[in-house]
This record gives sequence, structure tokens and C-alpha cells, in this order.
Amino acid sequence: MGRIATDLETKIWTTLEMVEDPELPISVTDLGMIDRVDVSEGRVRITMVPTYSACPAIDVMRQDIQTRVKTLPGVADVSVELSFARPWTMDRMTGRGKERLKQHGMSVPRSSAGPVVCPFCGSTNTTIENPFGPTLCRAIYYCADCKNPIERFKAPRDD
Amino acid sequence: MLQLEDPAVRASLAGYLLAIADDELMIGHRHSEWTGFAPDIESDVALSSIAQEEIGHAKLFYEQAAGLAGGSADAFAYGRSPGEFRNAVFTERPNGDWGFSIVRLFLYDRADAHRLASLAAGNAKPLADLSTALRREEKYHLAYGEQWLRHLAGASPEAQERVQAALDGAWPEAVGLFEPVENEQALVQSGIMNVDSRTQADRWRADVTPVIEQLGLRVSEVRVTPGGRSGQHSEDLAVLLEEMTSVWRSDPEATW
Repeated sequence: MGRIATDLETKIWTTLEMVEDPELPISVTDLGMIDRVDVSEGRVRITMVPTYSACPAIDVMRQDIQTRVKTLPGVADVSVELSFARPWTMDRMTGRGKERLKQHGMSVPRSSAGPVVCPFCGSTNTTIENPFGPTLCRAIYYCADCKNPIERFKAPRDD
Repeated sequence: MLQLEDPAVRASLAGYLLAIADDELMIGHRHSEWTGFAPDIESDVALSSIAQEEIGHAKLFYEQAAGLAGGSADAFAYGRSPGEFRNAVFTERPNGDWGFSIVRLFLYDRADAHRLASLAAGNAKPLADLSTALRREEKYHLAYGEQWLRHLAGASPEAQERVQAALDGAWPEAVGLFEPVENEQALVQSGIMNVDSRTQADRWRADVTPVIEQLGLRVSEVRVTPGGRSGQHSEDLAVLLEEMTSVWRSDPEATW
């Protein structure tokens, strides 16, 4: 953007790093859900891009963002708006975010076309068990080599 | 938030958004009734997940409607009488057997895809963006419905017969998904809808019929008595609402 972030903007971004998705063990910033932060005379406007528009965790994260950002000195008002202008894609997730999900035992796609890699043994000898899982952003696979069920992070489909 | 100057366009768009939201809520509620009862654990999870997604989408469309006409998502979902709902009768019907539910899921999600495509190509920016996002998410529903339909239709002669019976029951009312809302023309003329519901219905037929026929199933052309979009419903809706809204009605002011 070519513009240097103000002190307050930097503090807001740092605060956002502490807001976790209640359904995934990573922050909203690592997930790539924060599109922009605008500050004008103490009024903060945060634009959020959900992975799935129907995700029930959206309201929890919204509340958490509001509560935390409001406590920062110089913040008078916080609004969190959803935007679908540039929908969420896998590219928005940071490398650190992908690493955390893997450490948590999830299979994370590099791209939508690649093979599903078992997070436990690294095998690609995996089959889909269910395109739906415990949350909207997960599918269930099975590893034929280490015999473990796998939770796979599932992004909305662009094909 | 949608900004629209023309009051006639605003009113018809609010009505259209309500119709979409009501469809999504009803189909989502029906899918949710499979939780704990589906034929296997995978289907149980799948239908629960699809239900969650449809109901979430209903909420988003209710919020858009509320932005135009006032009200709230909860009041729309829980606070109206059957005659105020604008969903197609097709979506309020009980689940029946697994065959009917799969046939309905297949027909409904394909119809919804054409409806969303029309809005996504329309000029009401936030609504077009939302519709584009929803289409990406619902591709999993499309794949799931078709996969199960193929599975059932090819399973055994009895399965084939039961799917055909489900289709015979579903088809006339599925066409009702494309019953236009009042003053739909205003939405087409203003460019909010890229194509009208009649064109969407034609595209939907051209889309689902080859799959159905390839599976050795058939659809019969029938005359449809519309109704849902103007609030004429079956008794099934009253029964559904009685159950779905019972907790909310016990204390409409409660904060959850």
C-alpha cells in the first residue's frame, strides 16, 4: 500500500494475532481472515473475510476482536464487517498458519489439486472418507499406510 | 449493505431475499432432521454439515433483507406465521425416506446454483459478491447430491424403483422453486438478477435432466400449481414451524 502504518494500526494488528479461531488452533491473522484495518480518529473498522460464510465461529471471533481492540488506548469504537468482495482462498493462510495446523494433526492442502498427504506418516496413499467433517472447513480422509483417519483442511472450491 | 434508491426495486428485492432465505432455512431444517438417523455415520455428518451451511446462508439472506425492509434474522426465522413464509412448498416437505431426501438435495442444490449464478452476475455489488462466495462453498453439496443419486439409482432394482418414486413426487414441486416473487421484473430490469426465474428454470432442467436420464430415471412434464412464493403452503409447514420455533416462542426477548 506504500503507506507506513501508524502506531495504533500496528498495535491493532498485533492484538489481532491473539484472536484465535475457536474451531482451529490458529489466529485470525494466520488464517488470513483480516482483510484490512482502517483507523480514523479513534474509530476502527476491521474488514474480515470468512473462510465459509456460514461458519458459526464468525460471531465468536467478531466478539473477541471487538473486546480486545476496544481496550487499546486511543480506540473509541470498533466495527467488524464481513466482506466477500475478494473471497477467502488457501493463499490467504500464512506459512506459519499451515505449519500450526499440521502440528495439530491436520492435513493442509498446498493447492486444491495436489495429493492428500497424511500428517502422521507422510504417505499419499490416502482416500476420502467424507467430503464433510466436524466443521465446514474440514473433510475426512483415511491413510491406508498408517491406518489413521485424517482431518483435512477444506477450502471452498474454485473449479 | 445494499443501497437502492427505487422503492419498488427495494420492495421486490426484499421479497426475493426473503424467499431465498426461507428456502434455505426450510431445506436446512429438514436436512438437520437426519442428524442421528442417516443411513451411516458419514451421511449423518454430511447432512448435519450441509444443514448448518444452509441455515447459515439463510441468516445472511435474512440480514440482507432486514437491511432493506427492517426486522432481524431471528424475527424472520422464528416470529412469522406460516402464511408469511415465501419458501417453495418443496422445501417444507418432510424428509420421507433417504431416497426422497437425496433426490430433493440434488434438485434443490442444482436449482440454488442457478439462482446464485444469476445474482452473482447481477449488479447489486454486495449481494453479487455474497452469491459468488456461496457458489464456491456449495460445490461440495452439488457433488454430494449427484454422487448419492448415482449410488442409489445404480444399487438394485428396488433402489431404482424407490428413487423413481421419490422423483415422481419431488419433480412437480421442485419446479416451484422457480415460481417468481412479486414484481420480479423490477429485479431483472434493474440488473440485480442477470436472468429471470423462467430462464433459470430452463437452465436447471437442461442441467438435471441428462443426469436423471443417464441413470435410467425419467421426469414427467407436469403442470405445477404454484403457491409458496405468495404464502400458500401445505400443512407440513405449520407442523415444521411449531417444532422449530418452540424454544424461541417460549421467550422471544431472550439473549442466547
